[in-house]
Amino acid sequence: MKRHLISAADLTRDDAVLILDTAEEMARVADRPIKKLPTLRGRTVVNLFFEDSTRTRISFEAAAKRLSADVINFSAKGSSVSKGESLKDTALTLEAMGADAVVIRHHASGAPYRLATSGWIDGAVVNAGDGTHEHPTQALLDAFTMRRRLVGPDAGIGRDLDGRRITIVGDVLHSRVARSNVHLLHTLGAEVTLVAPPTLVPIGVEHWPCQVSYHLDEVLPKSDAVMMLRVQRERMNAAFFPTEREYSRRYGLDGDRMARMPEHAIVMHPGPMNRGMEITAQVADSDRCTAVEQVANGVSTRMAVLYLLLGGNESAISPAPARTEENK
Amino acid sequence: MSKILIRGAKVLGGEPQDVLIDGESIEAVGTGLSAEGATVVEAEGKILLPGLVDLHTHLREPGREDSETVLTGTKAAAVGGFTAVHAMANTFPVADTAGVVEQVWRLGKESGYCDVQPVGAVTVGLEGKKLAELGAMHDSAAGVKVFSDDGKCVDDAVIMRRALEYVKAFDGVVAQHAQEPRLTEGAQMNEGVVSSELGLGGWPAVAEESIIARDVLLAAHVGSRVHICHLSTAGSVEIVRWAKSKGWNVTAEVTPHHLLLTDELVRTYNPVYKVNPPLRTEADVMALREALADGTIDCVATDHAPHPHEDKDCEWAAAAMGMVGLETALSVVQQTMVDSGLLDWAGVADRMSFRPAAIGRLEGHGRPVSAGEPANLTLVDPAYRGAVDPSGFASRSRNTPYEGRELPGRVTHTWLRGRATVVDGNLA
Repeated sequence: MKRHLISAADLTRDDAVLILDTAEEMARVADRPIKKLPTLRGRTVVNLFFEDSTRTRISFEAAAKRLSADVINFSAKGSSVSKGESLKDTALTLEAMGADAVVIRHHASGAPYRLATSGWIDGAVVNAGDGTHEHPTQALLDAFTMRRRLVGPDAGIGRDLDGRRITIVGDVLHSRVARSNVHLLHTLGAEVTLVAPPTLVPIGVEHWPCQVSYHLDEVLPKSDAVMMLRVQRERMNAAFFPTEREYSRRYGLDGDRMARMPEHAIVMHPGPMNRGMEITAQVADSDRCTAVEQVANGVSTRMAVLYLLLGGNESAISPAPARTEENK
Repeated sequence: MSKILIRGAKVLGGEPQDVLIDGESIEAVGTGLSAEGATVVEAEGKILLPGLVDLHTHLREPGREDSETVLTGTKAAAVGGFTAVHAMANTFPVADTAGVVEQVWRLGKESGYCDVQPVGAVTVGLEGKKLAELGAMHDSAAGVKVFSDDGKCVDDAVIMRRALEYVKAFDGVVAQHAQEPRLTEGAQMNEGVVSSELGLGGWPAVAEESIIARDVLLAAHVGSRVHICHLSTAGSVEIVRWAKSKGWNVTAEVTPHHLLLTDELVRTYNPVYKVNPPLRTEADVMALREALADGTIDCVATDHAPHPHEDKDCEWAAAAMGMVGLETALSVVQQTMVDSGLLDWAGVADRMSFRPAAIGRLEGHGRPVSAGEPANLTLVDPAYRGAVDPSGFASRSRNTPYEGRELPGRVTHTWLRGRATVVDGNLA
């Protein structure tokens, strides 16, 4: 695996399966009364958030803490264009404090890549979402959720998502979740279909390793998982679609549509959900919807990522139970 | 002023000849000229060109002296083989009055490295709403002939039409920065496969092409000439070619970087590649080279755009747009046009001196290398090979996309009206 996690495209199939397998081990820790491993004791993980995202930040925070890392939360709203400190100076500050890993969320696409490649810091960089570029740990937790549900927690170990049909619906144009998912799911052997109004499909999408459809109803019966992306209501002000209701009618997932999915198929959502917009409450609250499960899986997956980037290549768990016993 | 004998230079790439400079003019061109009383410059194997003329330079003074001044910018121009540059109007304050253009003109006179011809803004404050006093700028000591809101597009069709018409009174030309503003809101790079992957806001080719199409039609309608700044797409080439085939009075420029670099470089997220118009695709690059070779594109213009280090040492979205180009322009043209066989050195003289001077109606520049002409000359060593090292730039800024890249050719000497501004590759 590379030193940083910037793009889901950086992961080979074996890298990705290793992360998912490690996450499965980490998930078992979550079932223990004491949910903590000593693996990253003495290491410092900085959550550097230039953009508000309580969900992602606390997920990384929980992951790092369960691995016994010291966690520093650095909320740096604004950017170098405004009066705030530049990304470079922030990075140099963190470097001086001895950050072993920097988890960065930034409104500018490519900011994590710059952080990792400009020589400003030595630590590992984990992209926690950059602009409209990528959100690789979200894709990993989504893949983890799919593998658990569609293959099985134990049966899934060592396996990818070969042949599974995954449909991603909504604002693909502005979605870093969609970009990372397309890369990762393709790497894992899944067949991805993007569904969106043509205004929300990126130029050049024909070069992506996926299919594109404008018609949700045609795709639903052929889907093993349907991932609904959050659609900002404000998009209609830029004429991406005429009205909220029209979007919802054509691309929203309601009970009738969910009934057209195969029985085993799941509904996913990266959150936060716009109930009544891309997903109805009936669907969101159904057993088939994995939104809450995804949050739990997010912690396990991010533990796996931090562990593999910082902790080396030995198995995360085999020595760990003994040490956990000591800690008890 | 003493005499200078340039011995054995290939004039415009032709047979070796001697060129004798006396004072501010060329006294004679021939073979076996006497060196008596003259400083001799041995030029065997080198190419002698008319002093290069840049139609599109950002000297940043007044206002952004932290990135460039007229003095440092003209030094960079001399090093690059230029004897005249057109200073763009987007300074602070904007060059939209006779006072500002005269200030820039006077600073150019004082620098002595290169003639500075100020460009006047088309509209007050570059805001696209109200015509600036174009006549006053023309009548000033600066004698402005080229007007441009460069950096911004004159997007209002009526304002553009009026400007095109108005400057006819003094044979002026409007140089359009073709960028439809609504289609480029939040634009960060060329819109295409790469922008979609990188999640960077797209700057679609159609935003340039639609304005060019409109403006050539407007120019034809009112019988004016129009110049297109930094044309960057294959589609723009087609429109200009079509307009020229109609006999309309349209001219166009291309930058060196659009002849060489593509949007694939943006995958590094290194803002040194951030420029407006953005780097396009390989197909665009090839179309631009072909168009420059066949004359559809009239000239090369650098769009030299200095920025301080901190404006590039940051994340992509926060970075300024633009690249310095004066000191590398000729090398890039040699690599992309001459070494590729698309253009000979006479063609380079045409595209980098004769035609830009003609478009700008600039007197004393872009003249033939022959007796009686002003001694504005550039001597090039085309065999030189070397990696670009920005630490040695004469420009105050270092934002070059070519750092470490090996480029061919080097300007060894530049003469401005008989006075050497560059000798052996160094400022005189």
